[in-house]
Amino acid sequence: MPLRGSYQGSSFFELLQVDQPHLLPDLSAWGRSAAEMTPHGTTVLAFRYGDGVLVAGDRLATAGHSVASRDVVKVFETDPYSLMAISGAAGPSIEMARILSVELEHYEKIEGERLELEGKANKLSQMIRANLPAAMQGLAVVPLFAGFDTRRKRGRLWKFDITGGRYEETEFEATGSGGLYARESLKHTWRTELDRRGAIQAAVAALTAAADEDRATGGVDLERGIFPIIKLCTSSGHNDATNEEIATVYRSILDARAAGGNL
Amino acid sequence: MSMPFYVSPEQVMADKAEFARKGIARGKSIVALEHQAGILLMAENATSLSKLGEIYDRIAFAGVGKFSEFDQLRKIGVRFADTKGYAYSREDVRGRGLANAFSQVIGEVFTREIKPLELEIIVAEVGDDRYEDHKENSLYRIKYDGFISDHKGFCAIGGNVEEVETVLKRDYRAGMPLGESAKLGRRALSAGAERSSELAIESLEVCVLDRARAGRKFYRLSTDEVQGMLDA
Repeated sequence: MPLRGSYQGSSFFELLQVDQPHLLPDLSAWGRSAAEMTPHGTTVLAFRYGDGVLVAGDRLATAGHSVASRDVVKVFETDPYSLMAISGAAGPSIEMARILSVELEHYEKIEGERLELEGKANKLSQMIRANLPAAMQGLAVVPLFAGFDTRRKRGRLWKFDITGGRYEETEFEATGSGGLYARESLKHTWRTELDRRGAIQAAVAALTAAADEDRATGGVDLERGIFPIIKLCTSSGHNDATNEEIATVYRSILDARAAGGNL
Repeated sequence: MSMPFYVSPEQVMADKAEFARKGIARGKSIVALEHQAGILLMAENATSLSKLGEIYDRIAFAGVGKFSEFDQLRKIGVRFADTKGYAYSREDVRGRGLANAFSQVIGEVFTREIKPLELEIIVAEVGDDRYEDHKENSLYRIKYDGFISDHKGFCAIGGNVEEVETVLKRDYRAGMPLGESAKLGRRALSAGAERSSELAIESLEVCVLDRARAGRKFYRLSTDEVQGMLDA
């Protein structure tokens, strides 16, 4: 560990780029073949609700047509007031979430104060842009970023493109292979004033719809006891939807289906 | 051709040490105290420039002397810790390794550069109840020449450190509650301060490493919180 590198700023990502480049290998050279080998995450979604934002993801990762993992985690707490959800190439995406969480803590310690939520989203977009060469080879990182803006007192969320383009969404967004179906479901269930229970209900319904239509998306797996990750972020920070909460909602969906319902 | 004067290495070192000591003697003091629930750090500091800071999950930093120099050192510590924690795991970032790294940097400047660093620092690490070999807290004090020492119970740095230590040695008890350790810290700092009256709450900077917290153990107390703790 070098004690005195040449980097003097307050960004951890830039510190790695300047002083520890071996910890940030350039994957673009391996390109397509690496992209085929790394597992892919499938469906994640985020939306605003009454108290803040909700971010959720299923647990399945695929490699080609096979299941790579049934209990992968795609939603990360990047600091006490922000969340990042990933779909696509799992390796580089999970690493980017890790770097972002160190980045935010690092900035806070060096500068003595936290970044604004928009500043965090902007930092992430710069990291995505730096990954563009690898993205062009198939290792794209296109996350969702959401959090509670403590200054404006409301939840906010962003989606990104591979060039680091940053687009704020005012309602909801879902990405990954099942993203389209999750969005379709949210279109019917989402309302801006949803409460916690309603928000969890909308998230489980959207993931169930995605799992129904997209074979690469895993829904709620009651047999194995594997539940989607659902995280809520409000003025008091993060909390998780418990497995019981998710199971209750999911059972009601199953009951409605058994009774001949459409969901 | 002019001949450089010969100065013995002993003389060079003594001069540098004298210079650094003078710089530090002008500064105010800081104490670190182990208490029941973790470690308390308290500095006499009426400015908004912090002398106490967070380095990592369980590790805090305190510095006296020249602000620009010890703050730079604190940032080096944060970079070192975050890089190590990223490359390995969060549990691999330990106080002793960090204190050694600091000692190395400070010692190197002392021998190589004309001007030594005018500072003295404390590295405090709160123990981890989950691991048998990491239950104890650690307190390291590092001087301007890189000399490192470890301490049990309490540790003080700064200008009038003798007066401060006298109070600590007399009144410190192992396992004291947080509030009591804060009162002792204030008494000790007041003994070292220029004016003989007790230090005002506004001129205290107080941070705590709390064993029981999840994740990052470090937190900073507002003036009101300090008041509440001292009144209790």
